[in-house]
Amino acid sequence: MDILSNLALGFSIALSPWTLMLAVIGCFIGTIVGALPGLGPSNGVALLIPITFSMGLDATAALVLLTSVYYGAMYGGRISSILLNIPGDEPAMMTTLDGYPMARAGRAGDALVISGVASFVGALFATIALALVAPMLARVAYLFGPAEYFALYLLAFSTLGGIASKNQAKAALASAIGLGIAMIGLDNSSGFPRFTGGNLHLADGVDFLVAIVGLFAVSEVFVFIESHGKGSAIGVKLDRVTIPWRDIWVTRWTMLRSSVLGFIAGVLPGAGASLGSFLTYMMEKSIAGPKGGFGTGVVKGVAAPEAGNNSAAGGALVPMLTLGVPGSGTTAVLLAVLMTLNITPGPTLFANRPDVVWGLIASLLIANFVLLLMNVPLVKIFVKVLSVPANLLLPGVMMVSFVGIYSLTGSYFDLLLMVAFGVMGWLFRKLDIPTVPVILGILLGNAMENNLRQAMTLSNGEWQYLFSSGISITLWSAAVLGFVAPLFLRRIIKRPATPMEAMGEHEGTPPPKQRTD
Amino acid sequence: MTHTLRAATLAAALLVVGAASAAECIAPANPGGGWDFTCRQIGKIMYDIGEVDQPVQVTNMAGAGGGLAFQTVVNERTDDEDLMVAASVATVTRLAQNAYGGASADQVRFVGAIGADPGVIVVAADSPYQTLTDLLDAMKEDPSSIAFAGGSAAGGFDHLKVLQLAQAHGIEDLRSIKYIGVDGGADAITQTVGGFTQGMTGDMSEIVGFIESGEVRPLAVLSEDRVEGFDIPTAREQGVDVIGVNWRGLYVPKDISDERFQEWADKLTAVAESDEWKAAMAANGLAPFTRVADDFQAFVDESIASQAELSREIGVIQ
Repeated sequence: MDILSNLALGFSIALSPWTLMLAVIGCFIGTIVGALPGLGPSNGVALLIPITFSMGLDATAALVLLTSVYYGAMYGGRISSILLNIPGDEPAMMTTLDGYPMARAGRAGDALVISGVASFVGALFATIALALVAPMLARVAYLFGPAEYFALYLLAFSTLGGIASKNQAKAALASAIGLGIAMIGLDNSSGFPRFTGGNLHLADGVDFLVAIVGLFAVSEVFVFIESHGKGSAIGVKLDRVTIPWRDIWVTRWTMLRSSVLGFIAGVLPGAGASLGSFLTYMMEKSIAGPKGGFGTGVVKGVAAPEAGNNSAAGGALVPMLTLGVPGSGTTAVLLAVLMTLNITPGPTLFANRPDVVWGLIASLLIANFVLLLMNVPLVKIFVKVLSVPANLLLPGVMMVSFVGIYSLTGSYFDLLLMVAFGVMGWLFRKLDIPTVPVILGILLGNAMENNLRQAMTLSNGEWQYLFSSGISITLWSAAVLGFVAPLFLRRIIKRPATPMEAMGEHEGTPPPKQRTD
Repeated sequence: MTHTLRAATLAAALLVVGAASAAECIAPANPGGGWDFTCRQIGKIMYDIGEVDQPVQVTNMAGAGGGLAFQTVVNERTDDEDLMVAASVATVTRLAQNAYGGASADQVRFVGAIGADPGVIVVAADSPYQTLTDLLDAMKEDPSSIAFAGGSAAGGFDHLKVLQLAQAHGIEDLRSIKYIGVDGGADAITQTVGGFTQGMTGDMSEIVGFIESGEVRPLAVLSEDRVEGFDIPTAREQGVDVIGVNWRGLYVPKDISDERFQEWADKLTAVAESDEWKAAMAANGLAPFTRVADDFQAFVDESIASQAELSREIGVIQ
């Protein structure tokens, strides 16, 4: 068995006390960075790069440290999603939808444990898949041209309306606003600035991290100030953490399905973890149907996006290692680190530098087990960070938001923009417009537009080009189905589902308290 | 946790204080990529060979394709003697296309370039085009039959290289040549190997791995001489007189003293001649390309003029 001997090589590199220690440190830092709103995996990795170099770490050790931070942040993002209704990073956005209602219903501990286990399943699946099929899977990227990517993004948008359990028109409005914001900046196909008002700061468009921190974290603070703490997300209590075995067992297929889908989303360059968590959530929601109660605080709604985004994080390493094409912002930073260490990712990496590749895979496996330990039995340590009194936590959230955004963009303008998004988020909450579609619009809108226009360039404007391959036709069918099917399903299932729907009407109010312990 | 935070804040504060007295290099982009590499490598080597007595502080200031850093230098730090900024051919292209919000190249001083990534044109290994002239002939017959993918946006340097080649080969209808700008060279290769585009335009360093794995066939390298270790003919050899290299260099604020400017030029020359830099160049697919001080300034002025003309021709600027 080639793979076994390769893995043995990997573990012989990764299992030294030194690298193990780095993995533990990386996981710890990563989880904290992930949990803090505004600081995401790409910040965490980017901030550690100079430290890596000044410590004089060799290639494998540096990779172990940085990928532990990467995986750690993917785990950590869910903590503030669940407890504060503020996603710690953008892939954890979907986790707020059911994680926070669970926390409001007194099941914060369950939500944390289930999402931790789901993260583990997703990340473990991705790491194993990375080891087994990475070189073959790299070929998948060759099958995706502009037309196929456009169809993929379209699939994501066509299911957007389904995010809101209440009012699809408002969800559509929100995603249109997000798409509009995505149009700001230099037009990639012509180089002309659009909607920038001549302001250089807007030439690169609106950074979605600025939007996410503003819409979630800053607006949360506004709501808190306005209501003097009532009706705000802050202050969810976490009494004790037990392991809800039954819920974990119930979500086993959800976790597995989401891992597979998330991994595929991660492998496609440019799609990344956010799309992974989004697609898995929507998939599970449609499988469960209106009876599933998604959005009201159900365990599957927590397990799906977490398995999905952690699996996608591993999947994003595939194109990065085998093609040199980063599948996400964080892998772009990792790619830069590799280049600086004189390792050129690409089709020859697996053959030329097995020590690096298999050392990395082995350390990912180790990091995963460390993270499971940190995030399930020891989760209270991280929760403590977030469960300080609101009068301390809120200034802290504000501070981390400002520092985080400033460290990322180094621009005062972006801080103002962030506050503007905070006001917008506050208004949206008053008007009961969901903010998640806004972020997705900003996140995916640009790529979607670019791919459409590239497809039109390549085909001399022939629209049939968009349906010219099996992959794009499949994706289009799924998109149309995803848009149309809920309309009909709703009608069919409406009558028996009335009590469930009534519950879903009030997203803010907790469903009847159900403790399983 | 509060301890960790406090420690982090303290560390950040120390970094800021430390930066005040040491030289600073602004990389006008996020970590990773050419400008970041330029700052980190040059900064590190300057310190290692004793040209500066404190480690060079690297600041990432991404925004507007380098425009934000350019404006910051021009408006706020135009007499900062300890500041250098990473630059490349992309800086010049954007200045030529007036993409820096009205800023012009004479608002800073270009110190020098000490290495260049030669431009390349590659096709998929199974492509029918065997030589650069095959490809250009096909384009001459029907300019829209060949689409190129590159890592820069439309009108960027990867795009301009194709247009320069086409122009040199006597193709007149430059606007009908198809180009899509994707996320970096590797992505452009992926599109080309996948058959969505017929050619890829990029830099030497972006294609090395793919040449080794046999997935692409390089048709031409756009440097004066062949790149050592690679059996790729230059465009000139094939009768297409185009040089297109992505040089790596620095600019400094305009209002520093002439002595200080010369000091920077000397330090940069010392880096260029060091073994460390030669090793870094070899590892990153850079070819030697050293031009400093007035020589370099003249080169930059000339590039801006010719790129502005080409950009006007394809309508990127009026």
